[in-house]
Amino acid sequence: MNYFTEVVLSGLTRGSIYALIALGYTMVYGIIELINFAHGEIYMIGAFTALILASVLTIFGFNTIAILFLASIIAIVYSAMYGYTMEKVAYKPIRNSQRLSALISAIGMSMFLQNYVRIAQTSDFLPFPRIIPRFPWLSALPISMSSAQFMIFASTAVVMVLLTFLIKFTKIGKSMRAASQDKVMAKLLGVNVNKVISVTFIIGSATAALGGILISSYTGQINFYIGFLAGIKAFVAAVLGGIGSIPGAVLGSFVLGLTESLGAGYISSDYEDVFAFIILAVILIVKPAGILGKGQIEKV
Amino acid sequence: MVLDVQKLTMDFGGLRAVDHVDLHIQHGEIVALIGPNGAGKTTFFNCVTGMYKPTGGEIKAGRPEAEIQSIKGLKPHIITKHGLARTFQNIRLFPEMTVLENVMIGRDCRLKSGIIGAIFRDPRTRAEEAQVVKDSLLILDKIGLAQWANEAAMNLPYGAQRRLEIARALATEPFLLLLDEPAAGMNPHETRQLVELIRRLRDEENLSIFLIEHDMSLVMNLSERIYVMDYGKLIASGKPEEVKKDPVVIKAYLGEDVSA
Amino acid sequence: MTQRLHELRRSLLVSLWFMLLTFPIMVIRVNTITGTIRWRWSNLALIGIGSFVISVVWRYAMQRKTGEVRATGVFAQVGARVGAGAEKVRTVLDSPKVRVRLVSGLLAAAVAYPFLTSMYHTNIMITALTYVVLGLGLNIIIGLGGMLHIGYAAFYAIGAYSYALLNMYFGINFWLALPIGAALAGLFSLLIGLPTLRLRGDYLAIVTLAFAEITRLVLQNWQQVTGGAAGIPNIPRPQLFGMTMRLHQTTTFVYFIMLAVVILTIFVVHRLENSRIGRQWVAMKEDYIACQAMGVSIAKAKLTALGIGAVWGGLVGVIFAARTTFINPASFTVWESVIILSTVVLGGMGSIPGVFVGALVLMLLPEYLRPFAQYRMLIFGALLVTMMVFRPGGFIKKRRKAYTITEAEKQSVIEAGAEADEDTEE
Ligand SMILES: Nc1ncnc2c1ncn2[C@@H]1O[C@H](COP(=O)(O)OP(=O)(O)OP(=O)(O)O)[C@@H](O)[C@H]1O
Ligand SMILES: [Mg+2]
Repeated sequence: MNYFTEVVLSGLTRGSIYALIALGYTMVYGIIELINFAHGEIYMIGAFTALILASVLTIFGFNTIAILFLASIIAIVYSAMYGYTMEKVAYKPIRNSQRLSALISAIGMSMFLQNYVRIAQTSDFLPFPRIIPRFPWLSALPISMSSAQFMIFASTAVVMVLLTFLIKFTKIGKSMRAASQDKVMAKLLGVNVNKVISVTFIIGSATAALGGILISSYTGQINFYIGFLAGIKAFVAAVLGGIGSIPGAVLGSFVLGLTESLGAGYISSDYEDVFAFIILAVILIVKPAGILGKGQIEKV
Repeated sequence: MVLDVQKLTMDFGGLRAVDHVDLHIQHGEIVALIGPNGAGKTTFFNCVTGMYKPTGGEIKAGRPEAEIQSIKGLKPHIITKHGLARTFQNIRLFPEMTVLENVMIGRDCRLKSGIIGAIFRDPRTRAEEAQVVKDSLLILDKIGLAQWANEAAMNLPYGAQRRLEIARALATEPFLLLLDEPAAGMNPHETRQLVELIRRLRDEENLSIFLIEHDMSLVMNLSERIYVMDYGKLIASGKPEEVKKDPVVIKAYLGEDVSA
Repeated sequence: MTQRLHELRRSLLVSLWFMLLTFPIMVIRVNTITGTIRWRWSNLALIGIGSFVISVVWRYAMQRKTGEVRATGVFAQVGARVGAGAEKVRTVLDSPKVRVRLVSGLLAAAVAYPFLTSMYHTNIMITALTYVVLGLGLNIIIGLGGMLHIGYAAFYAIGAYSYALLNMYFGINFWLALPIGAALAGLFSLLIGLPTLRLRGDYLAIVTLAFAEITRLVLQNWQQVTGGAAGIPNIPRPQLFGMTMRLHQTTTFVYFIMLAVVILTIFVVHRLENSRIGRQWVAMKEDYIACQAMGVSIAKAKLTALGIGAVWGGLVGVIFAARTTFINPASFTVWESVIILSTVVLGGMGSIPGVFVGALVLMLLPEYLRPFAQYRMLIFGALLVTMMVFRPGGFIKKRRKAYTITEAEKQSVIEAGAEADEDTEE
């Protein structure tokens, strides 16, 4: 396989993971207009919980498939619980105060969760078990894709389809759309805004955790700090696509993932992370509303 | 003429909130803009004061003694400096600053001192600061808020907050004062005082006044000319008596009491 | 009574929830190499009890905040006493005479400090004072201007590297580097501010964060120029007329430089906050839409706050490099920025004494409470959240200056008003 396809494939892999994280950012921003800095931490906690559970299950002698499913599902549920709790503790009480307060609270939450994991577990890198089994039939494909990569693409696709369905066709999806357009109006029309916000955090956290588990079994190691950079980049992706827009977040994630991979592959891998930030600066100057974002005029 | 608006149009995505509205104000007039909720009145104000960039049309304004010139699409602070000052429908004071400081911010666009002056407090800066305090107190006194000068703005009673917004706008030395629902939330006594205040300002301060109001008795009582908007369009204009009888207006207000 | 029982039951549920929530991370510890699990049940008990207590206090505090319950009995008395006491302290502090005494007392203590204590303590105090200046600088941006900046450490880095590099390549000395480092930091700050001018405030947070990371990554990867991750060693200490000083003398000297910078910062920030420009900043923070409508140029107000705020970071960055004689990018991570942010938020955004006390407390406590050092960031994080929920103004809440108006002045104003009235009547 040639170098170019390899680079592109790795870009798409990254893009998928960013998409899974960026969804949470964009959905939360869409509804409460908060940059949830602690969102990356949920992703990290998802990966950590999965690692712990997978190790325990391995020691108890479960088979690979059982470990894969049990560890992932429990970790995702746990992350959703964390997301839910985080909103109740750190954001709900200050929903009506200045935006600055909510942002600072989010930073505090992020710092707290990172150090919570660092102290309760470890600050070292831990090897992440290869919980994803090998799919022999993948070698039949014309391009060589690892089974982890395949899982990442497949899961991302499934999540996107489910989410689209949820938002377009279910009652809670309609409520979410209503609340993101006008919270006061939605409330008047009988939408339970508190519930909508909780559900948003739960969904966003679950997808982020899924991303965390997938990428960790791809890279093979984690520590308490992985959520930080991934979180910021996913946020960049969300802004790139147009914050608040779900298709935008996905598109932005792939654009970002590809740019990073191409930049690292053809320019310099030392500055890999710098590319993401340069892109951010460029968009903010050229098209602040993002690729798919509609430029909204703040109501006076 | 102090304000001349032609074919002003403002779109929000697919929604046309203001649709080819023509409107003008002569020096010294009190003009009202009325219309049902969501008619586009506040949006019209926002376009005139530069908070929104209009999609189309032309806005010209100028001091009575000078030539009027286009202000369309200019930044809000430039328009304020040009001499148009406004208040907000949902009060937007600086809540933690004192009442006096709120007015001092209004004076800001007439001041000159900069960073260096602030740090070294040279005589010119000191004189300017003293003058600002004095001017602002004078304005507070005029509006009847002087006793609260050092109180945080958020601690004022509601009616006083509305008046403070007017004081703050006055401090910018406008020739045209735009008031967005100044009587909203006031009791009848406060409203009567407000009417008096607005008249007095027009008479004593060489001002023209442009106001949005839902309180029909206030509008009929105070304004010399009225414009009526509905769904972004101008549907009527003229003297209060004429507008009151206009069937189109009555229909737009269906259910609301226009003849008060 | 039933009300109270109900509350306790809720807290019990919360505690159970947190025990469940933290179970995998707090209780299970897997050693992947030996393949053994350690079940730390004591942690579970700790979480259970801890979250129960915190929940009781939290719920009570929340109800107090929303006014659902009033303090009764002992609480009420203590609360009222503390409140009255604080008010009394405040009025006493407000009197100019007391202030002069307090400030001169503090100053005398500060001057005597290095001679009364060891070099070890002097060094700690230098660090604490450094954070006072960093906090006051950031305070201009966030406390006065209301812009959330989470890349302040980058200015600190720019200052430090300006001196280190200018000295290494051009032999520029410490005193010349001070203003250069400060100016460069200010300039950089303006550059980052520019793209965000048209945007809503919260974008600035992410852009500053991104910028700080870029700065650090460039310093780390531009091996040929910056020495990369290994950093720059042998940076000369500050000189005084070419005198040769021993280490402890240099330390004392640096201490006095820091003290002078602290005083300068307080002086400048104090003058700025009560000036035209300071008013613009605060108005912008409180309501930027109204601020524009009142004729203030938001772009200008933002840029001045960003520029002037960053200068202090650059300034102490130069001192930092000169003092440690060795710098590397690891000193300027995002968490450094967050620590500076914490000092500002905890002390009281916008309040000079608040930031001063906040920085001293946050920097000195962990130094002297070593066993807690590893929990420092955890506690900072928790404090940021609790502070925002219960006391967004910080420990020492900023009060705006009251303009004293003498009776005579009031009279002259009223007379002037009367004159103006007569003018129009003519
Ligand atoms: N920034 C904005 N973005 C999108 N739509 C807007 C914006 N500002 C106003 N609108 C819409 O424009 C229409 C007119 O609103 P506007 O506030 O001008 O009405 P109004 O006449 O002032 O009503 P009211 O009497 O209730 O104050 C409304 O449908 C409103 O939703
Ligand atoms: Mg309106």
